[in-house]
Amino acid sequence: MIAETGLAALWLAAGLAALQFVLMILSLRSGADLSRAMRSIAIVQGVLTLIAFAMLLIVFARSDMSVALVFENSHSAKPFIYKVAGTWGNHEGSMLMWVTILAVAGAFLAILARRSGERTLLAALGAQALLALGFYAFLLIASNPFARLWPPAADGQGLNPLLQDPGLAFHPPTLYLGYVGLSIAFSLAVGALLTGEVDSRLARAMRPWVLGAWILLTLGITAGSYWAYYELGWGGYWFWDPVENASLMPWLAATALLHSINVLASRGALKAWTMMLAVIAFSMSMVGTFLVRSGILTSVHAFAIDPERGTFLLGLLAIYVGAAFVLFALRGASLKEGPPFELVSRETGLVINNLILSVILGIVFLGTLYPLFVEALSGEKLSVGAPYFDAVAGPLALVLAILVGIGPLLSWRRETRPVFKKLQVPALLGISALAITIILWPAMRILPRAGFTIGAYLAGASILPIVGRNPLRAPLATWGMVVAHFGIAVALVGMASNAAFTSERLAIARPGDILTVGPWQVQLSSVIPTAGKNWTAVEAELLASRGSGVISLAPQSRYFSDPPTQTSETAIRTFWNGQLYTVLGREDASGAWQLRLWWKPFVTLIWAGGALIAIGGALALTGRLWRLVWRRRTRPESGWRRERYS
Amino acid sequence: MAKGALLMSRALRFAPLGLLLVIIAALVWRLATPADTNVHSTMIGRAVPNFPPVAATMNTMDFGSSDLAKGRPHLVNFFASWCVPCIAEAKVLDVLKSRGVSIYGIAVRDRPGDLAEFLERSGDPYQLITADPQSDVQIAFGSSGVPETFIVDGSGIIRYQHIGPIEPDDVPAILSKFERAR
Repeated sequence: MIAETGLAALWLAAGLAALQFVLMILSLRSGADLSRAMRSIAIVQGVLTLIAFAMLLIVFARSDMSVALVFENSHSAKPFIYKVAGTWGNHEGSMLMWVTILAVAGAFLAILARRSGERTLLAALGAQALLALGFYAFLLIASNPFARLWPPAADGQGLNPLLQDPGLAFHPPTLYLGYVGLSIAFSLAVGALLTGEVDSRLARAMRPWVLGAWILLTLGITAGSYWAYYELGWGGYWFWDPVENASLMPWLAATALLHSINVLASRGALKAWTMMLAVIAFSMSMVGTFLVRSGILTSVHAFAIDPERGTFLLGLLAIYVGAAFVLFALRGASLKEGPPFELVSRETGLVINNLILSVILGIVFLGTLYPLFVEALSGEKLSVGAPYFDAVAGPLALVLAILVGIGPLLSWRRETRPVFKKLQVPALLGISALAITIILWPAMRILPRAGFTIGAYLAGASILPIVGRNPLRAPLATWGMVVAHFGIAVALVGMASNAAFTSERLAIARPGDILTVGPWQVQLSSVIPTAGKNWTAVEAELLASRGSGVISLAPQSRYFSDPPTQTSETAIRTFWNGQLYTVLGREDASGAWQLRLWWKPFVTLIWAGGALIAIGGALALTGRLWRLVWRRRTRPESGWRRERYS
Repeated sequence: MAKGALLMSRALRFAPLGLLLVIIAALVWRLATPADTNVHSTMIGRAVPNFPPVAATMNTMDFGSSDLAKGRPHLVNFFASWCVPCIAEAKVLDVLKSRGVSIYGIAVRDRPGDLAEFLERSGDPYQLITADPQSDVQIAFGSSGVPETFIVDGSGIIRYQHIGPIEPDDVPAILSKFERAR
């Protein structure tokens, strides 16, 4: 019954989405006031998808093996948290989660949005309904998560052990919330292009959604990076894997959008460009979903290789993005641009920011799909990896980081003050860092050296917007910007340090052997068998010391029985100045063990920087929402409400 | 001038759409022609690499690279007792053997005891078997997994590579390739 309830809720939600879309067309054509009906439908639709998702959670939590999806992706012996998280550790479940977030976001748009014009909001609700409708069809026709299995199986086939990690509970939902949050920006942009009401009111309505989605994407990418770092046991934090790129591309577009939307909100300028970015940001989310779900690119993430589903998703992508682009091409010209600005102004700074981010986005996009284009045209196979991305995107990102220090100091429209004088102290910091790296480490490569230099400069420059003013009176949004920009500096230093100072040791060791890695002496003291709830393992006991005190680490080589898979469980110890990272490999014929040891100075700054960037976003969002609430309290009967209830 | 600029800006506004179509076309192509993830050997058309005869079990006869250039073609089959598809393939190899194909086996990363047991259980279509304990011979042939099969002609030139187990359906094709190598 539970699975059938979920399925019924999904069908109902799909019907309501269709109705919502039809109402949108009716109301835009005839001007009839259908707003109340549309809002209610959007809310009910959100509730229905939540019910469907809850039903799937229940069948997974109860290990109901009569549901095919549970049988294929779960096992009764799994720890409870992975039974629950396993709900979205598979194709159907994760697509249901995607649709649920899409519909719930639509419901919140119906409840919250009051700033954009009423007609634009209705058009946006219609666009959101059409988006949802495509994905409902995808679930119901090509990926039914509630399909029954007859006869029910005795037990399931288990969950990929790489996914049996707390990371699974958070990484996909966070990324999906971010991906799908951008759908609201997409729908609002489409709605505004339909009604022609592209103005600062729209930008202010769209901004919290973009900000929220961007925060979650930042968190999702940062957490995903750390997850890959400790779970895969390769010691790297970013691999330029196609699916990592698929999450980076919406982030880059959203970052550009986040900045250009401020120009639209404050100055009424960059209208067409901002709408384009809003469309592109969500398009990139759909491209990402398509790449993961179709499995057409070779990747650690390629779970489901199914051409039929790929075709369906590609069709949806082509329809939605194509329609939005056509709309843009037809309506973009009628947008009147806002007031002009001088060459040296905050507008120019943000335009350059957008240009560089777009170029980086283009570079990542090209690098990700280039092998596909080449093989389609010439039949030749090649792969594009870190050397390309590092060499091409790296320097651009560094140039952007330099400008990040300057942009916030400029004033709107026209800058007449001697701004560059303010940058003396940060410039001095950068030059000192450069001098130190040249003196102490003359052999350091250019990118890490530039990373240290620009990181030090930016750490100083990023806090300038609140220097010299009462910090308590600075708006929260300004604080958010400062924290986020400071986070870039922190992450940059972490990356530079990881690139320049990591020491690696690969060795075959017998119990008793002592290995040196960086400042550490690591002794393999013993290798013993151990077991968990659904795995057995061999565990090495490592005793590490650098001068005083001994710490012990226990990396494992785990064997999971359902399905049979071997994984490396790394053992990592974090210190204020770096991480000691250890991996146990196989035993060779003579009874010696493969060990991989890394000492990574200040590597944690990479994720700390990512977290700071997200915290900065959260501060800005809090500030914006606070002002929204505050304004509403002082003027409770504003906007469409006043019109309707008066 | 103004008209030209207008046309220009209109073209520019349709540019994203054009780009999208190109990308969609590439993605459609990829969906229609799934990627070939096999690793194809670059040794086709070249002489077999040198390797010495190494005894695989107590009861089997071994062979080296020089035995492959004695005027008659051979099927060189990389297999292992720990390889599950090889169990199914052994029956098909028996069929080929009964059609007069001489099959030489190379046992990859195997142990004599396990191998003897495998031959007893799954059948022994091999005339000769050489052990390849560290995959050296396999890598020299340009093979990336088991089972894989090469057709070597009478002068010791590698003529054909079959990746994965030989299925019953593949028998006619293998036979004709083998005939051509004579």
